[in-house]
Amino acid sequence: MPDARVIPLHGADRPAPRTAPPARPRMEQVPPPADTARDKAVEAGPEWERRLADSLAFLRRRITGDYQVDEFGFDRELTDNVMMPLLRPLYEKWFRVETIGLHNVPADSGALLVANHSGTLPMDSVMTAVAVHEHHPANRHLRMLGADLVFRTPLLSSIARKTGQTLACNPDAERLLRGGELVGVWPEGFKGVGKPYKDRYKLQRFGRGGFVSAALRTRTPIIPVSIVGAEEIYPKIGEIKLIARLFGLPYFPVTPTWPLLGPLGAVPLPSKWYIEFGEPIRTDHYEPGAAEDPMLVFNLTDQVRETIQQTLYRLLTQRRNVWLG
Amino acid sequence: MAPNVVLVTGVSRFLGGHLAARLAADPSIERVLGVDTVPPPRDLLRRMGRAEFVRADIRNPLITKVIASARVDTVVHASVTANPAGPTGRTAMKEMNVIGTMQLLAACQRSPVVRRLVVKSTTAVYGASSRDPAMFTEDMAPKALPSSGYAKDAVEVEGYVRGFSRRRPDVAVTTLRFTNFIGPRIDTVLTRYFALPVVPTVFGYDARMQLLHSEDALAVMERATLHDLPGVFNVGGDGVLMLSQAIRRAGRIPLPVPSMAVPTVGRLVRSARLVDFSPDQMRFLNFGRVVDTTLLQRDFGFTPRWTTKQAFDDYVSGRALRPAIDVDTLAAAERGILDLAARIPIR
Repeated sequence: MPDARVIPLHGADRPAPRTAPPARPRMEQVPPPADTARDKAVEAGPEWERRLADSLAFLRRRITGDYQVDEFGFDRELTDNVMMPLLRPLYEKWFRVETIGLHNVPADSGALLVANHSGTLPMDSVMTAVAVHEHHPANRHLRMLGADLVFRTPLLSSIARKTGQTLACNPDAERLLRGGELVGVWPEGFKGVGKPYKDRYKLQRFGRGGFVSAALRTRTPIIPVSIVGAEEIYPKIGEIKLIARLFGLPYFPVTPTWPLLGPLGAVPLPSKWYIEFGEPIRTDHYEPGAAEDPMLVFNLTDQVRETIQQTLYRLLTQRRNVWLG
Repeated sequence: MAPNVVLVTGVSRFLGGHLAARLAADPSIERVLGVDTVPPPRDLLRRMGRAEFVRADIRNPLITKVIASARVDTVVHASVTANPAGPTGRTAMKEMNVIGTMQLLAACQRSPVVRRLVVKSTTAVYGASSRDPAMFTEDMAPKALPSSGYAKDAVEVEGYVRGFSRRRPDVAVTTLRFTNFIGPRIDTVLTRYFALPVVPTVFGYDARMQLLHSEDALAVMERATLHDLPGVFNVGGDGVLMLSQAIRRAGRIPLPVPSMAVPTVGRLVRSARLVDFSPDQMRFLNFGRVVDTTLLQRDFGFTPRWTTKQAFDDYVSGRALRPAIDVDTLAAAERGILDLAARIPIR
């Protein structure tokens, strides 16, 4: 990774203003039934009537259970029509996320996105998923791997499954990658997302390299992703161990506003974000048994980690202001 | 190599009984023997045709004599069950499942004629927890060993079957791990659960369910009986239904129960003689379970005719479950609103 190479922050990869969004295939799996009333409305009625017809049809399908989920519990229709529209304002207006190098993410094949984790609450993973879905030309869904705490927690577990997340384990990662999906992984885990504010942008240990062996076994590229801005949303200045232990949480954070200001403290600070998708690290030129070579796995893990760390430093030096970018 | 004399256990229940009926209709099979402790219901007995019913307890050494005297060459062990006979039937069920299997395997080991064994097992052996992978393959072990009930019985049964196949390598052993059955004709814990007017679910969780149509289950059992297909196979329909989605498709009303109160509600439902949940079934309804059926399709050579969704719909229409909110009413309401909207003169 040459340090001197300058990649413009406000460069060519910045998504074009969304004046005319491309006709995205919505509800691909469940074709809307041809209701005569609906068709009439679509033909004759103005825009708002067509949208009313669409939302009514959507509601009816939800009430009667007429939709498709995959083996992982991923509900494409719900994600596209409910989750993404809810997250879009947060992405565009609150954090004003800018993406760099989104062309490095393949349009139709499997890839493993590996990113740094921060921000006390894993908002960075959610925003990366929005970036890939809303601003990649192929509108891809990022299938993220989560800790088992996610799937143990009520509500969170069902939302996570429905939006395409699954448990961070090699069988699931490999199954998704073999199926040509984009898989997102945050190998630092709780050590990364829950690190104190003073350690910001210092990468923690990268798990045990399980993600590298998954990529090697499925011969899919690894894309290092560096996220700047997420560290500042909830600056964690301390923690309360007793409450964490009481609820079985990895940590209970204290930020300048939480729990001091109550619910108001749960509002993330509006930092300006950059998400850079680095050049893919190919894994298909290693021989088939390469995943069984621990040294190779360690070296690749280090290479990915180093790439992300260097990119973070570079992005930070180019950033003039935490809030304005 | 087609079997000559087949012995089927558990013929007074759906799977064993209908399998015996199918085998009896096959002229290439010389004799079909059905074993159970209670005689099958009359309509099932009529279906079974020329199959002979032997009233015997597989926990009793008498079964050795049956197998030896009839020169049984294929044994289908279909009596391992999740559905206890009554409120006190849980202990008896365990006895029947585990001790019965031990006796049956001991009898098979004695007989030099037996050359094929088919065992009905369950995907419950994989357990159900938040740490499960999305799909289980046959070589995966459960994250947490099932601690009680049917799942534990099945784990023990499979253990004895593995021991048997080590001691008798000449016998082709097929272990079929079935997902939950569903269909208009079969009566299981799950079919009764979805027939409840208000369906209790665990608050904040949505289980992924994979189901198998009972007719597909019979076809798989029949194929395993007629052909040499040794190995362990997951058997389940294609695709997944979320529990919430299934409840909506059946037109039921879900009742989310906080997970702390789940055991209490389970006990209440059981004591009202509505549905007899075991703890492992409640875990299934909490976390769900999906298995990989690649081996079934590739090596076993069977693709289920019904997907999970189709099987469930067949159950709903076959049972004539009356939905709380009618689909036609909904469609009519939708048309009404759209007509109204078309009349409002906003342009």
